[in-house]
Amino acid sequence: MKWTRRDLLKGLGGLPILGAVWWAGASNTVGKRRERSVILEQLNIQPSLPPAVPGISGEPISVGIIGFGIRGEQLCRSLGFATNEWIEDMKVEVQENPNNKGLEDFMNQEKLNIQLAGVCDIFDYRAERALNSFSTEENKIKRYGTYQEMIQSGEIDAVVIATPDHWHAPIAIEALNNGVHVYVEKPMTHTIEETYRLREAANNSNAVFAVGHQHRQTLSFRTARDIVEKGTLGHVSLIQTNTNRNDDNGAWNYELHEKANPNTIDWQQFLGSAPQIPFNKNHFFRWRKWWAYGSGLSGDLLTHDYDRLNCVLNMGIPESVMASGGVYTHNDGRNVPDVMQVNMEFPNFTTGSSQVKGKERGMTFCYSATLGNGFNRPTILMGHDGTMELGNRLTIWPDGGSTRYAEMLENDKMSPGIPIYQYNPGANAPDAVSSATSQYFADKGLMWTYIDGKRVDSTFLHMREWLSAIRNGGKVSCGIKEGFEEAIAAHMAGLSWKLGKRIEWDRETETIKPIEGLDLDEVLLSNEMIRTDYIKVS
Amino acid sequence: MEKKSKIEISVIILRVLIGWHFLYEGIVKLYNPDWTAFGYLASAQGPFKSVFSALANESVIGWVDTLNMAALMVVGITLLLGIFEKMGAIVGIGLLAMYYLSHPPFPGLTQLNVEGNYWLVNKNLIEMAALLLLYHFPTGYRFGIKNLRKHKTVAQ
Repeated sequence: MKWTRRDLLKGLGGLPILGAVWWAGASNTVGKRRERSVILEQLNIQPSLPPAVPGISGEPISVGIIGFGIRGEQLCRSLGFATNEWIEDMKVEVQENPNNKGLEDFMNQEKLNIQLAGVCDIFDYRAERALNSFSTEENKIKRYGTYQEMIQSGEIDAVVIATPDHWHAPIAIEALNNGVHVYVEKPMTHTIEETYRLREAANNSNAVFAVGHQHRQTLSFRTARDIVEKGTLGHVSLIQTNTNRNDDNGAWNYELHEKANPNTIDWQQFLGSAPQIPFNKNHFFRWRKWWAYGSGLSGDLLTHDYDRLNCVLNMGIPESVMASGGVYTHNDGRNVPDVMQVNMEFPNFTTGSSQVKGKERGMTFCYSATLGNGFNRPTILMGHDGTMELGNRLTIWPDGGSTRYAEMLENDKMSPGIPIYQYNPGANAPDAVSSATSQYFADKGLMWTYIDGKRVDSTFLHMREWLSAIRNGGKVSCGIKEGFEEAIAAHMAGLSWKLGKRIEWDRETETIKPIEGLDLDEVLLSNEMIRTDYIKVS
Repeated sequence: MEKKSKIEISVIILRVLIGWHFLYEGIVKLYNPDWTAFGYLASAQGPFKSVFSALANESVIGWVDTLNMAALMVVGITLLLGIFEKMGAIVGIGLLAMYYLSHPPFPGLTQLNVEGNYWLVNKNLIEMAALLLLYHFPTGYRFGIKNLRKHKTVAQ
């Protein structure tokens, strides 16, 4: 056998092509990875793993539910109790849309060592709905007519409060004074005065107090804290956060239940300290639309955004707040605004600086909300060195004028339009021969919404943390300090909107600076609109 | 140059280009440990959505990724070197059929991450047809390791 040079060329001509393609693929990929790892090493961001809380051992904790409306039912599911009606509804949903994982996630949720012992709802239908689904031969659940009876029964270790806002503090204080543990929905309080009383009650009680800001468990926020602390963004001077809703549910126009009437609802108990008016279904189910029971955008939705950022930045109560807006999209008799802009000032706050000392200081937190448009405006933290979009996903872009990244920008190792970091627990990056989109997964971010292979919702984590602290001691992530800051910030925003005036916080005395001639709590609760000139108009 | 020879050269060019394309995709995945087909599979559309979603399952995705990468490289190497090219063409057709069916350009389906406009026919389908030609028209004996083996056979 003898091969000519021509034969060899024809026979092995593919080899150099193979080598070239192999070399190009390998060096491009390795090169890109090296560039990326240089950036990641410099950033040194540590995505947080789920917080490990000690288990709830021993006798089950007996829990009572106060308020079994929309949120109350959700909280019960997080505790491991779903109504039969919900399970039936979800089965239908799954048939229609196999991607709906609601029921599957609920079934896979870790079982908490609790006993649902009592329910208190002033609407018979709702209380019975809870009893029908949760009360069994082995565990008879008791219905209590009033929250006082439940708290003083001696049979309940802990209460979950999901009532209208004006009942949050009175019930929480009663529970804490009786040594009963409290999980209360946001906003923590409805008036300024009760915010201080609740703080005192929580500080004087041995019971564990937690506010229902479940966002604090969202892992991307924990990661965001690490990002800010490492100076990745430089000095953050502006935060932009938003509410964008455009549907009945989002505008608090919930369904008026057919069985609701003065015989099935304890109307007097609903009103409590609110102005005494005759039975009104609209007020009962849609209480979020009136200052007498709710607190509108500032208490209901701004609190979410404020606490999300307070959890990342720990910036505390703003030195001053100015708000504007009005009832512009749902002129249906409500008196809380449906379009609202709130600017909170933090003139002494800083997230660190990459520039000369003293040049940068101060930040504005800008909350912008409408219930008349659903366009998704993201939450953005704007720093001298970078911009971060904060959500379940985190994305960071370097800023063109950054000091910290100046050299890398100069050498084209970074570009203002291209993210330098992305954290995406639900990453979904299409990639195959047909589409060469090769987005990298944010360093195995996929795993972090899973615990032991199961997807877990943040409310469950938040409640588990509270229950674990009850049994084992330890801190909750949203306790009285965080709740106090949230409540005061929300009340300042509500006051500013009502008065059309700047509301200031006195850090020394820990009080809202008084405004002559006005009782601020009266202003906050008033169902009448109060304008800049202080003239009340109905 | 006679006509047959011109056709052979054209087919050889096609073979080298397709081999190049597959090999490069395989190599890029080989050298990037973070790469996974999870997103591609999880966002599958059309009649076989459930099959592809099942492949994205945590328990099998590791195998799916490895097999995909290995298959891409097998197609690339066989076509470039001109050996076992019929087998390479079949594997390539199989891979492309899966890519095509997981994100089919059918009317009414959302087209995710595509750079052009397609109706029933897309580049995956065209590349499949080209591989069908390579299957029926092997050229390894003209340009490829088969060329050496041919000599070997003659010599023996």
